[in-house]
Amino acid sequence: MKTPFAALALLAVLGTPALAQDLPQPVKARQGQFNIMALNLGVLGGMARGTVEYDAEAAQAAADSLVAVSSLSQGAMWPDGTDDGSIAGTRAKADIWGNMDDFTSKWADFGEAATAMAAAAGTGRDALGPNMGALGNACKACHDTYRAPE
Amino acid sequence: MRSFLKLLVLAAIVGAGIGLWVTAPNRVDAARFDGLTGDAARGETVFTAAGCASCHHAKGSEDKLLLTGGMEFVSDFGTFYAPNISPHPEAGIGGWSFEDFANAVTRGVSPEGQHYYPAFPYTAYTKMQDQDLSDLWAYMQTLDPSDVASKPHDVGFPFNIRRSVGGWKFLFMSDDYVIEAADNERGRYLVETLAHCAECHTPRNPLGALDKARWMGGAPNPSGSGTIPALTPDKLDWSAADVAYYLESGFTPSFDAVGGHMAEVVENFAALPAEDREAVAAYIKALPPLDE
Ligand code: HEC
Ligand code: HEC
Ligand code: HEC
Repeated sequence: MKTPFAALALLAVLGTPALAQDLPQPVKARQGQFNIMALNLGVLGGMARGTVEYDAEAAQAAADSLVAVSSLSQGAMWPDGTDDGSIAGTRAKADIWGNMDDFTSKWADFGEAATAMAAAAGTGRDALGPNMGALGNACKACHDTYRAPE
Repeated sequence: MRSFLKLLVLAAIVGAGIGLWVTAPNRVDAARFDGLTGDAARGETVFTAAGCASCHHAKGSEDKLLLTGGMEFVSDFGTFYAPNISPHPEAGIGGWSFEDFANAVTRGVSPEGQHYYPAFPYTAYTKMQDQDLSDLWAYMQTLDPSDVASKPHDVGFPFNIRRSVGGWKFLFMSDDYVIEAADNERGRYLVETLAHCAECHTPRNPLGALDKARWMGGAPNPSGSGTIPALTPDKLDWSAADVAYYLESGFTPSFDAVGGHMAEVVENFAALPAEDREAVAAYIKALPPLDE
């Protein structure tokens, strides 16, 4: 039951002034979800790198939040006309809309990697490294193809 | 506009006439390689660090080691396509000698004596060590052949005259290093020679050559929107450990994930020893700041 937490966090991120530009709401929403992902990966990554001490409970909570984000419906966040060629303030490439099946399957790959992390995160620090690797590959595979540089 | 075009054509003709000696290909002295034996296992590291597969694997293919070519490079001068460099005897470079290979990779000269376009980063590989070149060649023989023919480039006059690349090389090709090695030879070799980081991270002058006065100062993205970030300390405030971790995992210090062409660089570096990532990070941290 972590979805309400994710939804609340999403609202909190959306409310910050840094994101309060004149972007369409779906774009703000999807950028918000990515920032929640990065935030939680930071918790896990810090422990994996050893810059933060391992804490089973915090690791589990972070991994569960990733799973929660992965379960958010993406449909409403990616309307037509919100690619980087059409509006400013987004890095989403138009290719997404021409390859929606592939994009969706890359999102599902992230969900799988997040689920695997959630199954292992509470069991000890050693489990974090390989799962960070798998998550990183899932992020990279999508950004490689569908996100433009800043 | 028209008079500008005429000038260009004139320049190309004059260049082709007077500059023959300048534009003639400069080949390697084969005696240099006497007594070298290539080690395929070491060659794999060279191949990975140099990112050969990033450009030469078939676009969209999962098999990064099938060097069919086909990746496109859009530039101000037209579109270039990476050729088939698999060991296939006709479609690839299976019929080449080691000397042919050395001339291509370190001099940008084809077996027929023509200049390659610098979309192929031989301007960086020119500093490759002989043993590495020999190991690389040994490794590439072990890859699978592909019978897919290379795609011709789509570039306009006068840039379709390969001869004019000779003048370009005369002006811009150099095997000098840009940054003092200090005590980090390996890091400098990886960054400036094998991994050719500057090809993307350094801006270019109007003739398409790297602006060494703005080394690693960031550049417009050649394939469309956005910019490639600067790595100089006035712009990049990451620690050396952050840079090394990024090259290993693809995560920035704020746990954003890498994208674009950099994702392939990270994929390659993730497969290299940790010391190599640390050496690159040390080089990046030692870059001089750019004062605007
Ligand atoms: C299915 C594709 C996909 C996956 C998987 C994915 N991303 Fe992204 N990400 C994108 C796209 C597209 C954008 C650009 C969104 C925009 O600007 O509208 C983006 C943007 C971002 C941003 C910037 C948000 C902002 O403030 O503008 C961050 C941070 C980020 N992603 C982190 C991650 C991390 C970390 C992962 C893996 C855990 C990940 N992403 C996985 C497609 C993806
Ligand atoms: C940034 C992209 C890029 C990278 C990295 C790259 N190449 Fe290439 N390569 C090209 C392009 C583009 C050409 C075509 C040049 C031309 O036709 O003038 C080419 C041409 C070649 C050729 C000539 C093939 C022929 O049929 O004439 C060889 C051999 C070659 N590359 C080998 C390599 C090796 C080995 C590496 C790694 C050490 C490498 N390349 C890395 C883009 C690249
Ligand atoms: C083929 C082009 C290319 C090459 C070669 C390349 N880079 Fe990059 N680099 C990029 C792009 C594009 C980005 C932006 C990545 C993104 O959008 O997520 C980037 C981002 C980075 C960043 C993150 C900077 C930031 O502020 O976010 C670092 C660090 C970096 N590169 C280091 C290197 C190093 C070190 C090398 C050589 C080993 C290298 N790059 C080679 C294209 C390249």
